[in-house]
Amino acid sequence: MEKRVRFKGWLLPLCLVLPQLIISGVFFFYPAGQAIWQSLFIPDPFGLSSRFVGLGNFEFLFSDKYYLTSFLTTAIFSTLVTVVAMVPALFLAVMANRLIRGATTYRTLLIWPYAVAPAIAGVLWLFMFNTRVGIISWYLGQLGYDWNHVLNGGEAMGLVVVASAWGRISYNFLFFFAALQAVPRSVIEAAAIDGARFWRRFYTIVLPLLSPTTFFLLVVNIVYSFFETFGVIHTITSGGPQQTTTILVYKVFSDGFVGQDLGSSAAQSVVLLFVVGALTVVQFKFIEKKVHY
Amino acid sequence: MATHREMEIEPAPGMVEKKGGSLWFTHVLMIFGILVVFFPIWLAFVASTVTQPDIVRPPMPLMPGGHFIENYTRALFSGVNVPVATMLLNSLIMAVGIAVGKIIISLLSAFAIVYFKFPGQKTFFWMIFLTLMLPIEVRIVPTYEVVAGCRWLWHA
Repeated sequence: MEKRVRFKGWLLPLCLVLPQLIISGVFFFYPAGQAIWQSLFIPDPFGLSSRFVGLGNFEFLFSDKYYLTSFLTTAIFSTLVTVVAMVPALFLAVMANRLIRGATTYRTLLIWPYAVAPAIAGVLWLFMFNTRVGIISWYLGQLGYDWNHVLNGGEAMGLVVVASAWGRISYNFLFFFAALQAVPRSVIEAAAIDGARFWRRFYTIVLPLLSPTTFFLLVVNIVYSFFETFGVIHTITSGGPQQTTTILVYKVFSDGFVGQDLGSSAAQSVVLLFVVGALTVVQFKFIEKKVHY
Repeated sequence: MATHREMEIEPAPGMVEKKGGSLWFTHVLMIFGILVVFFPIWLAFVASTVTQPDIVRPPMPLMPGGHFIENYTRALFSGVNVPVATMLLNSLIMAVGIAVGKIIISLLSAFAIVYFKFPGQKTFFWMIFLTLMLPIEVRIVPTYEVVAGCRWLWHA
């Protein structure tokens, strides 16, 4: 860090960072500031004027039962997405790592879903589970199970979770696979000589050595499930039925654009800002300490 | 836990990496996993090669039909509203534009922050880093207003 070449002068570097700063300013700091400022106002229904209400929007939000439920929904949703996206990925990566023949073919096929954008993944899964023409819901119907995610909140949640996690399985698989390849052979062989079998070796050696990757993927997947699953939810359920799949980010959109309640939407943005900040701090302060590097 | 007797038997050669036939079960699991993960994409492909009535009359077929060329030609060159070829071109222009623009701008600022010493260096770094923390969805409404304020939306 210290021995690096450093050029003198301040005008040139300032000119070089300027484009980035202008873009950040116009599309990030100004809107973020605007969000905080707007969260203190209630606009009238026609958007002609707005009234200063201080923290009134926040008071209203935290006494709003739907908003509080949305927190719980988000927690359940992101936990499920992270688990569903990571566990099968780890399993498949361990399997692929054992195989030498055909590993490349398997890997190529597994990477495909990652190329599918969240909104399209949503449409694909909706296509399979559509209550009238969906192939899987039809076969479920033949088995005597009446699938209807339009009415059943639990089924809607399940479908949204699977559709969101699906593409991420590929992503997580790639990272786990790379990490597994990096586990030193000698350690595993030593354990094998000591008589540890496959699962024993997996739990006591491979899993701890994977923990930096697991931690990274945990952070990335939680952030993904919070913010990038909008497309999936919008295409499959639009937050319904009865708001059972309305996560915080979706509520910002639906209250702001659909409900036209800009003040409340802005207040929710500010709350989310704090949630993101808190999550980041928690992840790096507490979880990272338990990670074995 | 392995018993004493098993410990003598287990660490035989080829224990860590099994070869050939003994891996059949792993192959089966792997293929099963891939079938599950790949199924939606396969289904989308099958749906793209059959006719509309085949799809809406459940259950839809699981093997490709004979309308591959017909369907793809129609999608690419006439589409439902806009031909897919046009959309592909638009996406390409947009993606290349965004990628090139992003790389040029971030390359410049990263170069400035790493190789120069100037007032506000640390502040600028954190300002740029901070933009990662707050995704677009969170500030979508004010950002929309900024773009709407540019009056680009009215000229479409």
